[in-house]
Amino acid sequence: MRTFIAQLIVPWLAVSAALAAQANPAPLPSDSIYHLDAPLTDQSGRRLTLASKRGSAQLVVMFYTSCKYICPTIVDTVLDLDRKLAPAQRQQLGVLLISLDPQRDDPTALKTLADKRGLDLTRWTLVQPQVADVRAIAGVLGVRYRALSDGEFNHTGALVLLDADGRIAARSAQTSGEVEPQFMSSVRAMLGQP
Amino acid sequence: MVRRWFILLWLVMVVGNSSAAERTYVDLPGGEFSSALKYEDSGSGVRIAPFSLMKLPVTNADFLVFVRRHPQWRRDRVAGVFAESRYLSHWAGPTQLGPQALPRQPVVWVSWFAADAYCQAQGARLPTWSQWEYAAAADEQRADARGDRAWRERMLSWYAQPSNHALPAVGSRLPNAYGVHDLHGLVWEWADDFSALLVSSDNRDQGDPDRLKFCGAGALSVNDRDHYAVLMRVAMLSSLEGAYATANLGFRCAR
Repeated sequence: MRTFIAQLIVPWLAVSAALAAQANPAPLPSDSIYHLDAPLTDQSGRRLTLASKRGSAQLVVMFYTSCKYICPTIVDTVLDLDRKLAPAQRQQLGVLLISLDPQRDDPTALKTLADKRGLDLTRWTLVQPQVADVRAIAGVLGVRYRALSDGEFNHTGALVLLDADGRIAARSAQTSGEVEPQFMSSVRAMLGQP
Repeated sequence: MVRRWFILLWLVMVVGNSSAAERTYVDLPGGEFSSALKYEDSGSGVRIAPFSLMKLPVTNADFLVFVRRHPQWRRDRVAGVFAESRYLSHWAGPTQLGPQALPRQPVVWVSWFAADAYCQAQGARLPTWSQWEYAAAADEQRADARGDRAWRERMLSWYAQPSNHALPAVGSRLPNAYGVHDLHGLVWEWADDFSALLVSSDNRDQGDPDRLKFCGAGALSVNDRDHYAVLMRVAMLSSLEGAYATANLGFRCAR
């Protein structure tokens, strides 16, 4: 009889503890960008929020699919960064590309670009934010942009490294195709030795 | 005795109505507008759709109401990502104005995120740079006074004043031809697209903008150097991040 009760209570305690932990995660640091819990749609049409990326380091870039000038080299730079990581490190880093142009960058457009560039969608996420949120998302990331009359954008092409709690740990303005060495060191330092 | 109560009630209604009226918007017709800023992609012509703009900047009293209703915007509770440490630092307490923050002064020490949240809570947004520039081109009589050198010099003289005295109350000067007060000479004001003002590192240099820094066709440049007040505002806004706040930066809303 005692064993039977123990067999009931112990799992119940474990599940309660797990549920309690889930319901009360550690509070977000004051400078986490995840205070901006913006709704997003990814390249497969799945709905998520910006804050759902909490839990692992993220490399975040704002871009748009029809970009002709710097944006292809931004992707090149992140791919270069990816290649320079050890597999164990790579697994700990999410890559988040956020569109500046959600009116045109719907899931289909995002998926087309992902396929064209051969992006690893198990770790890379391309998202379409809400139109009214783009300025705020850029604001928390320190990105500046202007919509041009022909549908293109002027934007500062920054790579932003977030820690697992969404704090900006490092940024790089070098988006010429090769990742800036100092930024690469910051990424490695965050992901630990392989 | 009854008459006294009626008089009191009437007074309360008048005061109540006047403060409600002062939170109102005025309608601006919009149209084709020639910006002082030259955009590489579209020149200086801008098309402004009709819109409404708050007559007055948002005051300390207005912002206190907002903070009480939305306590996540109290200075002791706001996330650092949304507002720097000096946010509302001129207030005596998180929900208390005090002598350095008179109710009718324009609220300052507010970040873009806080100003944006205030406007959204009203069902409005911060005005765009273009909306502001268009509304601010007017003097008391004319919709566009910018061709008048004397008016431009008046603008400059306001900006040249040192800001070591207390901010006057909103609405203490005459409104412009649209009925809007205080677009010049009181406080700088946030724009919704403040971060769209991408200027090259020396925006007095009309030569080759730094094409590589900005994806796309390069930065905007200044069309007419005589519009110094506009230049100063561009320099101001383009130096700010969304969480920043200053002693001379407030806002109003548009819809």
